[in-house]
Amino acid sequence: MRRTTKFAAVLAAGILALTACGSDSDGDSDAGSDDGNTAAPTSDVKVGMAYDVGGRGDQSFNDSAAAGLDQAKEEGLIAEAQESEAEDGEAESAREERLRTFADAGYDPIIAVGFAYAASVGKVAEEYPDIHFAIIDDSSLADVPNVASLVFAEEQGSFLVGAAAALKTESDHVGFVGGVETPLIQKFEAGYAAGVKAVNPDVKIDVKYLTQVPDFSGFADPAKGKTAAQGMYDNGADIVYHAAGGSGGGVFEAASEAGAKAIGVDSDQYNTADPSVKDVIMTSMLKNVNVAVYEYLKQVSGGTFPSGVTTYDLAVDGVGYSTSGGFIDDITDQLDEYKQQIIDGEITVPDKP
Amino acid sequence: MTKARLTSIGLGVAAAALALLAAFVITSLVLLAAGDPVGDVWGQLLAWPEMRNWANIINNASVLYLSALAVAVGFRMNLFNIGVDGQYRVAAFTAAVVAGEAWLPGYLNTALAIVCAMAVGAIWAGIAGLLRAARGVSEVISTIMLNFIATGLVAYLLRQVSVREEGSNEIGTREIPEGSRIGGIPFGDYEIYGFIVIAAIAGFAFWFVLNRTRFGFDLRATGRSTTAAVASGIDVRRMTVAALMISGAIAGLVGLPILFGDSYTYGSTFQSGLGFAGIAIALLGRNNPIGIAFGAVLFAYLDEQSNPLQILVGVSPDIVAITQGVIVLTVVISYELVRRYGVRLEQREVARVLASSRTDKPKEVSA
Repeated sequence: MRRTTKFAAVLAAGILALTACGSDSDGDSDAGSDDGNTAAPTSDVKVGMAYDVGGRGDQSFNDSAAAGLDQAKEEGLIAEAQESEAEDGEAESAREERLRTFADAGYDPIIAVGFAYAASVGKVAEEYPDIHFAIIDDSSLADVPNVASLVFAEEQGSFLVGAAAALKTESDHVGFVGGVETPLIQKFEAGYAAGVKAVNPDVKIDVKYLTQVPDFSGFADPAKGKTAAQGMYDNGADIVYHAAGGSGGGVFEAASEAGAKAIGVDSDQYNTADPSVKDVIMTSMLKNVNVAVYEYLKQVSGGTFPSGVTTYDLAVDGVGYSTSGGFIDDITDQLDEYKQQIIDGEITVPDKP
Repeated sequence: MTKARLTSIGLGVAAAALALLAAFVITSLVLLAAGDPVGDVWGQLLAWPEMRNWANIINNASVLYLSALAVAVGFRMNLFNIGVDGQYRVAAFTAAVVAGEAWLPGYLNTALAIVCAMAVGAIWAGIAGLLRAARGVSEVISTIMLNFIATGLVAYLLRQVSVREEGSNEIGTREIPEGSRIGGIPFGDYEIYGFIVIAAIAGFAFWFVLNRTRFGFDLRATGRSTTAAVASGIDVRRMTVAALMISGAIAGLVGLPILFGDSYTYGSTFQSGLGFAGIAIALLGRNNPIGIAFGAVLFAYLDEQSNPLQILVGVSPDIVAITQGVIVLTVVISYELVRRYGVRLEQREVARVLASSRTDKPKEVSA
């Protein structure tokens, strides 16, 4: 009996310690509270940022939102920002309390990064009608007067990199690695597949998701990303697109080892990825969360609190593709043609696979 | 109350106090090493929560309590059920589907969903029990593997039955109709889960079955010594399957306070990892229903401090996870130390009694 107990104790403590390691925030969370060395604040806006799992430093979605916040702060649009991040598998009440703690401490507006906050923003926005909220990647709260919904047309950007992949592939075989199989990531897959097929219906597409809900580790597990991409390259694919957050690093490694190409996501990963693998990044699908956050804060500092849904699509350059590295300079004309057709409504990109 | 009983209670309190003191010191050292403001952190951690936070703490504690009870049933029989995590997710999903479909009206629907959840939890754990009884497969291995299967299975089934609100990226089961939800109990201006009553009943049943029935005696005896259990005519294989199934049935209740009292649907953001927290709390509470209740409240209390620590003090919420881990370790170690001290006290007491009886009746001893 006691032996089991000791074993269990070590295991339980180990799991708790691992949980602590999982989110690597290193005190970044207080980085926002002192801004004495940047431009003198010309506004009195206090922003509360509630990140999704991973928080600042995830080299992906959350970081992109953080970049928008940083830009606004450097330009003196906001006086102060405090940040807080979600824990994997936390209770709904924990998300709600995060927002309430911000609201009680006088932060206004409060930006919720990620669709997981949808229910809690809906509830807390009702409790604090005088505080303004913004939520990224969700538009189910379109009718709530003090909530701004910032959403992206990920399928449109993915369509363009899909077209790029189909134009560049030599084996007529490409791949897609998704982080976690959620409706959001399926939008990336659907747009990518549509783009590939628009160029050449005969190109084969391998699709692999790293994990299933509620296991969100697929967004932060480079080893899984590498294994999945390796399988695709071994199978004959020569270009793999990832929408897997931090796991994408593994996809790039696999591409580098296979002497093949990969496509990045969210930010221009040619500039942010590890220098040893940047030459495999043919292009990246840009999802400009930073632009959305920055423009929202700009409006707020100007005295207007937006509400309703703002969609960041190709027409407003909310999504797009990158050309760093010069790998796709020869096909940008064709891609821009597709882009124009999507903007004009001649091509409707599906958002479900 | 006898002197021996008083001593044992005193030792128990001493062990808990020693553990918390050690945890306090170690966590402070961690904070110092990380360069965080130690005083501010403890000021926030020890600040009296507001009513709203107390409601959250009690709600969270009732969920953790059920999880720890499920683990404790296994521990009492020397079985380590790591699979509570998978069991509660399969069960909560089943309950959400059954209740969402609403084949029966009102509370009959609720009752049916609860029974289904317990049955599914029991079956899921029972697989590990059968493997152990029939093939000697360690339940540690099989239950943790079943966790992975549970994740895949629930994710797959969720996509088959899910409904998605317009504009949302969240998927979930159909909402439970209003008549089948379990209303809250008023708590100041707030409400706590009505399901807490069922958690309390489960705690009482745990105590009663284990300490007041033949079955409970068999279970504890098997946990202490398998050979002794066999010798006294207990069917150990049957007990293994039964204990794991009971553990799984309680695990089946874990997600239900949330399901019937708050979310009304099982979706991609349903709370996960509760089974692992349950292991730590069962250890803290020494597999005793009252002790577990204290452990659950302590863990829920610390969890609740995670947001203010980040937002108001500006330290990483990982401090909370570290503190919880340190508490578990210090509790186990200090109980072991205190147990050894208690054994020594007992030996000395026995020696003293023997020595005095020897001097009282020297002739009888020498005879």
